Amino acid sequence: MALDPSMYSKGLRPLSIATPVAFAITLALVFFYAPIESDQGFLQKIFYLHVPLAIVALCGFIVGGIFAILHLRRDDPRYDAYSYVAIHISVIFACGGLITGSIWAKGSWGHWWVWNEPTLVSFLIVFLLYATYYPFRYAIEDRQRQARYASVFAITAGAFVPLNFLAVRMSASLVHPRVFATAEGGLPGSMKLTFLCSIISMALLWTTLVKFELSAKSAQGQLKRLRRALDAPTGPPSSRIAPEVH
Amino acid sequence: MTPSRTAFAAILGKDLRAELRTLQSLPAMALFAVTSFVIFRFGLNRTSLSGSLAAGVLWATLLFAAVLGINRLFVAEREEGGFDAIRLAPIDRSVLFTAKATALVIYLAALELIAVPIFAVFFLNSAAALPPLIIVLLLADIGLASAGTLISSMAVNSRARDLLVPLVLLPLVVPLMIAATAATEPLMLLGGVSYHRFGTWLMVLGLYDLIFALLGYAVFDFLLED
Repeated sequence: MALDPSMYSKGLRPLSIATPVAFAITLALVFFYAPIESDQGFLQKIFYLHVPLAIVALCGFIVGGIFAILHLRRDDPRYDAYSYVAIHISVIFACGGLITGSIWAKGSWGHWWVWNEPTLVSFLIVFLLYATYYPFRYAIEDRQRQARYASVFAITAGAFVPLNFLAVRMSASLVHPRVFATAEGGLPGSMKLTFLCSIISMALLWTTLVKFELSAKSAQGQLKRLRRALDAPTGPPSSRIAPEVH
Repeated sequence: MTPSRTAFAAILGKDLRAELRTLQSLPAMALFAVTSFVIFRFGLNRTSLSGSLAAGVLWATLLFAAVLGINRLFVAEREEGGFDAIRLAPIDRSVLFTAKATALVIYLAALELIAVPIFAVFFLNSAAALPPLIIVLLLADIGLASAGTLISSMAVNSRARDLLVPLVLLPLVVPLMIAATAATEPLMLLGGVSYHRFGTWLMVLGLYDLIFALLGYAVFDFLLED
């Protein structure tokens, strides 16, 4: 049991199959089923990529925060690894969300960046905060302390997200038309279904990537431990297989 | 007095006495703020400010001056073994958080006592904005001190301690700065003091204070374990 490399890869194969299948279905729906929006035309299709990316990234940050709480309460290094990987993948997704958002803004408003869109601005601030997770984490040398401080960071940042959305939303002038309000409020059924599919496939992708990253990290950690065991053949290898976050 | 209260008073008193005797942080913070005003005067090429520009200059300056103090908040604890002493003492560790945050609020209030009147003399046409500004300053100080104490206590135990506080703290206080500048802006309008959405923004500031004070109090225990 101690050196079971399949622990983190359990369910990885079905997930790896389900994700491309879900994406193929979503893309087919996006391009052949969902109607062309009358206002923005073909450009509006980016909605099915941009919004799921952003929503999954935000949920991933919250999941990272929950794992961080579990880590502090149970003192199990595995939860720290979960929290790290969740935040890591979410930062990448958030980066994608920002880029697609910028493209959408350029297409529909003519500018690469719009300060009047509170959701986009809040998202940028959240992204900037989570981007400091890496320099923060790796500036702390002691491993246990690093894990603990990173958890405190993840919890603090998780509490910060709703507060930030509130403050930015309030500061925005309410003159600007709200894209998501119209998009989500009066969404016709075919668009709603497509949107639902794209969210599900994006969440699947996130889960698959998290699992891949976790099993890669645990394999790396095992390799390191085995090498160490080869060098010093007296002691038995450690039974803990928390993935190494390095 | 309960043991926690005694510890709180002892730590706070120690901090204030040490600051009064060494004058390590406060003069630097005040000097930094005044020099920043001079730089803004030339950077913006304005001799008087009002509205959003005045609020922005004031808060940007106060925030960066505060970062200087926050950076140094736990340096003595680390270098002189104060963390170990707290760990050994039979007291609730969150007391260290409360005492340090209170000390920081006092530093920030002292900084503002010097910097804000100078700001008014340099840039504002009337002093009418100052009395209502006090409550904004106080609420923002509490939020800044809560978030700052939390980040500072972690940064001081890292390799890159002077780098981490500005890096992590700045995005973290963006909502606080949004609320503080939005509450300050109508106070400094050219036409006189206006209280447009003043109460709403004070509530946002209060909410930020509450969340970060509770959060700091709750997680501080884990930061002192070793």
